[in-house]
Amino acid sequence: MIKPMRKISSSFAVILLALAAMLTGPVAAQSLNVDIVGGVKTATPIVVVPFSQQGGAPLSTDVADVIRNDFNRSGKFRALAKSDIVEQPSRGADIKFATWRLLKQDYITVGRISDAGSGMLRIEYELWDVNKQSSLLAQAYTVPAGDLRGVAHQIADQIYEKITGVRGAFWTRMAYITAVGLGNNTTYSLIVADSDGYNPQVVARSRESLLTPRWSPDGKKIAYVSFESGNSNIYIQDITTGARQLVESHPRGINGAPAWSPDGTKLAVALSYVGNLEIFVLDLATHQETRLTHNLAIDTEAAWAPDGQSIYFTSDRSGRPQIYQMPATGGTPQRITFQGQNNLEANVSYDGKQLAMVQGNGNVYRIAIMDRSLGDQVRFLSPGPLDESPSFAPNASMLLYASTEGRHGVLYAVSADGLVRQRLVLSDGDVREPAWGPYRQR
Amino acid sequence: MNKTVRIALVALLCMGAAACTKKEVKPQPVAPPPVVAPVAPVSDGKYTPADLDTDACLRQRVVYFDFDKSEIKPEFQAIMACHAKYLQDRPTAQIRLEGNADERGTREYNLGLGERRGNAVSSALQADGGSASQLSVVSYGKEKPVCREHNEDCWSKNRRVNIVYTAQ
Repeated sequence: MIKPMRKISSSFAVILLALAAMLTGPVAAQSLNVDIVGGVKTATPIVVVPFSQQGGAPLSTDVADVIRNDFNRSGKFRALAKSDIVEQPSRGADIKFATWRLLKQDYITVGRISDAGSGMLRIEYELWDVNKQSSLLAQAYTVPAGDLRGVAHQIADQIYEKITGVRGAFWTRMAYITAVGLGNNTTYSLIVADSDGYNPQVVARSRESLLTPRWSPDGKKIAYVSFESGNSNIYIQDITTGARQLVESHPRGINGAPAWSPDGTKLAVALSYVGNLEIFVLDLATHQETRLTHNLAIDTEAAWAPDGQSIYFTSDRSGRPQIYQMPATGGTPQRITFQGQNNLEANVSYDGKQLAMVQGNGNVYRIAIMDRSLGDQVRFLSPGPLDESPSFAPNASMLLYASTEGRHGVLYAVSADGLVRQRLVLSDGDVREPAWGPYRQR
Repeated sequence: MNKTVRIALVALLCMGAAACTKKEVKPQPVAPPPVVAPVAPVSDGKYTPADLDTDACLRQRVVYFDFDKSEIKPEFQAIMACHAKYLQDRPTAQIRLEGNADERGTREYNLGLGERRGNAVSSALQADGGSASQLSVVSYGKEKPVCREHNEDCWSKNRRVNIVYTAQ
């Protein structure tokens, strides 16, 4: 079971390198370069016809392009290339289904954009089943012209859900850390961007390391670790107002590894002021710390189960770092990883069925997924050798992770089956520690 | 009683260390630096801040570790001994031990590993006569590499504890 996966991963690595060498297009309007690697033959073929535009100045965003890219990196859909879209209907009534049947397409999306006055745009779209020639969706949005990418992601989400039955997660954001400059001149930034890497916004900046950004369940705040005071301290920052709260700053030892409880009222943290690194749960309202672990090993990297009842964490109490699970109120930890020399940094899918982690064997560290509903089978998602920080999309259809290319840190978005990967590269410097944000409120 | 034995041992170790370092220096035809003499009366055998810049043992401020290990290797015992003696000789001196790890493994786990190494050096310095109140540990994990290649040679340089005097 595992061997073929390995082969797939390594052959994709080769394709990836080849594509990386061919990259010439200046995609870098913003700080992240984005390219999609691989493709899946079994993915559902879909046409997204360029949306027609009635009146107004030319738009900076091609809505259909954004939707197509969302589909392609999901691994679930294969969007017909723009250059192969031979007809350009903008209403269901104008679709000639024979054309798209000939092109072996299952679904077609058409749409139109019109000026709604005072800086607003009206976007209408329809989704049709090509074989049944039936309408599946017809929706309209009126939004500020600057929000076209957001609308495109929301349309992609609705189509994704209509066809797959799973809520789409394209209209979400990610947080990550960048490090630009060398040695003492390095500037670290905590960035929030759209899940496809666009619209990066600086949330925090420091001359000292920032690490472990973690979204609050409501998507309004980010907890992270900053070395700006000299030692590791934990902050919570409101990403819209910028207001910041110092929540853990014991002068002695590490204040690290924050993880929000699913209800957003608590933060699991790793603290060593007691003399050794242990997992604590911090109640954010009362600021009361409850110690969960008691031994001489390193205990860190807590992650909550979605029901809030238990906590996964990394511990080397057995000699090597492995993943353990224990009740969130305290109790006896149970080791749950037994395959691989090292297992670290658990990240849990929304339904609690899958656990992503970093598995290290020798000098190779790869992202692995353990399926708790399938007898804890483990499969690899990335080729290594220095991959870390796995983070599930809120619908678990994709993951983000960090990797290294030469001396640079890069990010990947990968479909949950591991077959399609999208690389996100900072033109200058390192990008690391991606964290996929929760669903946004419509 | 224990303490006197320990101090005696430390002194012996230090003499050993000094002898070693003298041997290293010998081949060079060196003019004796007279500047040090008036500041530090050699007779009481105590370190002075000037020694931090001149003493071959005290000038060594980095302790290296094996992969995933925090045991202090035998070759660093002499360094432990001379810095511990300095702490004893200068009760107002303060050391910050900065623990570091190589890039393999995750950032937070490596924070733990860096701290474990810092604590190991702190324990060794205390065993050799330093006082806990003179020592603090901070871990940078893998955040402050001195070398950025992906190979063992580089990794071995990054698995380290830096001994930083915050008060001399």
